[in-house]
Amino acid sequence: MRLAAMTLRTALRALRRNKLRSALTMLGVVIGVAAVIVMVSIGQGATSAVERQIRSLGTNLLMVFPGATTRGGVRSGWGGASTLTVADAEAIAAECPAVSKVAWIKRSVAQVVNGELNWSTGIQGSSPSYAEVREWPVAHGSFFGEREEASAARVAVLGHTVVDKLFGVGEDPLGAVIRIKDVPFRVVGVLEKKGQNTWGQDQDDTILIPFSTAERRVLGTEILGTVDVIFGKTERPDDLAQASSQIEALLRQRHRTAPAEDADFTVRSLDDMARMSQSANDIMSMLLLAVASISLLVGGIGIMNILLVSVTERTREIGLRMAVGARRRHILAQFLVESVAISLVGGLAGAALGIGVSIAISALAGWPTVIAPEAVLGALLFAAAVGIFFGFYPARRAAGLDPIAALRFE
Amino acid sequence: MSAAGEPLIELRGVSRTFQAGESEVRALEDVDLDVQRGEFTAIMGSSGSGKSTLLHLLGCLDRPTRGVYRLAGRDVSRLSEDERAAVRSREIGFVFQSFNLIPRTSARENVELPLVYGGVSAAEQRERAETALREVGLADRAEHLPSQLSGGQQQRVAIARAIVGRPSLLLADEPTGNLDSRTSVEIIALFQRLNRERGMTVLLVTHESDVAGFTSRVITMRDGRILSDVRQTPVAARGEAA
Repeated sequence: MRLAAMTLRTALRALRRNKLRSALTMLGVVIGVAAVIVMVSIGQGATSAVERQIRSLGTNLLMVFPGATTRGGVRSGWGGASTLTVADAEAIAAECPAVSKVAWIKRSVAQVVNGELNWSTGIQGSSPSYAEVREWPVAHGSFFGEREEASAARVAVLGHTVVDKLFGVGEDPLGAVIRIKDVPFRVVGVLEKKGQNTWGQDQDDTILIPFSTAERRVLGTEILGTVDVIFGKTERPDDLAQASSQIEALLRQRHRTAPAEDADFTVRSLDDMARMSQSANDIMSMLLLAVASISLLVGGIGIMNILLVSVTERTREIGLRMAVGARRRHILAQFLVESVAISLVGGLAGAALGIGVSIAISALAGWPTVIAPEAVLGALLFAAAVGIFFGFYPARRAAGLDPIAALRFE
Repeated sequence: MSAAGEPLIELRGVSRTFQAGESEVRALEDVDLDVQRGEFTAIMGSSGSGKSTLLHLLGCLDRPTRGVYRLAGRDVSRLSEDERAAVRSREIGFVFQSFNLIPRTSARENVELPLVYGGVSAAEQRERAETALREVGLADRAEHLPSQLSGGQQQRVAIARAIVGRPSLLLADEPTGNLDSRTSVEIIALFQRLNRERGMTVLLVTHESDVAGFTSRVITMRDGRILSDVRQTPVAARGEAA
């Protein structure tokens, strides 16, 4: 429609007439929209990183930790008590039909030496099923099996970080002999790189050795047969809940826990952990988004301020338009369009800036960011809404002018 | 449209009072006035005489407190704001003392403005704006901005804007007040020509009696009443640039 085109043209002309003023007014919206987009993309980046890390633990996985929990959360975490045993793990494997595969580990920190280089790292005594349950393939060499477990063989599978720390560039770790707590171990395999886990630990900074070897030759535990974590794997994700309750029931029975008592172990699925870190993430994202939105609102107030000035400056023009036949709603539309034009142009510039900053943050600070198209669109719509909202008052003021007074206005 | 002999403007017992705090200001009191189609009328009077209020009422920018105003046979004294905006768009052209052109907007677009609100197609707007500019002798200045035009030229653009909608009534509020005497005569000559050649009804407010001398009827106001209403033979204005 010709009137709409004219209204838009008039609005853009009015904005061009005061370039600096329009630009400064837009700046508030630019910053607001950019902030929203950056915050959302950092939040989404963190979320997808968490998801990736959770997945890296293995799929369809349950973990059983020693130590009790209350309904509110963990009371005592990893290794808080030595209440879980290899026998428990074997019982789960034998008696819980929903659990398809079981692995268990015992861990400790020890100094590891290879020739001149040494490194302190986590030593995990693992059942031979560990690599499969954690879905953690060996990149070079092979994982240890039942034979090594039975004979408490001094063989080790190294995480990627350990290889970096103990071996020079180009040096083949396979077949090398390293010393863990002065006990010589032959390196039989190198694990694939897995990256950080949910709580920021480098999962590749570890050495896996057979469980029996760990107990007898390295970790020197007083009570033989206790484990730090039991992993249970199910065939399908849907089996996780069932597997969890089967394990719970079995271990309560084995530990002779009365129904009213707190269990002395905790069963957690990856879902729970994902949810926990997700909710922490969500709260952070909401806070950041709230701050970013406030800057958009401040931008809106800037628009309102400038439009009020503009209405005053153009009082005679408004009077004239009314004299030649403009109705009040034409004048209202005129200033609303102007306001939305400021906020939308500012919004587009802000979107470009926000995307740029997100990319720069990824590149420079190494934070993962994900630019969600819906966040960009949402920020633009929000900016337009801010324009309408804050433009309405000045526009209504313009539309409410008395044409006679407006024409006489000096 | 209307029967011959029916006045274009018909005021009956029109009063307009303004509320100024406690007191009432009577800007117009019981005014009766008929203006025929094709008349060229000047309204004179000192400031505060009510001539501006009368002009605003006639231009449907304002409504009478009491009385009836019939424009082209239609009672417009009780119309809503939007209806009056429609009447202004269709029936009335305004010319102001200070031109009131929209800055940074070409002469042609300024002239098109009433048509935009009148719902005329883009092509017709352009054509009619160019015709109107030709009529006021500014065909070659269509794309100039107001700032690039002299005062007289700006007032011509304003007159083109006033006539582009083919109104039945052309109202001018001190149209020569901001112009030097030579340019003033040119503008008056333009009004005379529009009145004579296009039969346009022109009503202008002025306080300069020599301007009033170019019209065929002079109405003098004082204290909100019509003091005198004199028909005369107009002086022919010369010097209009072709």
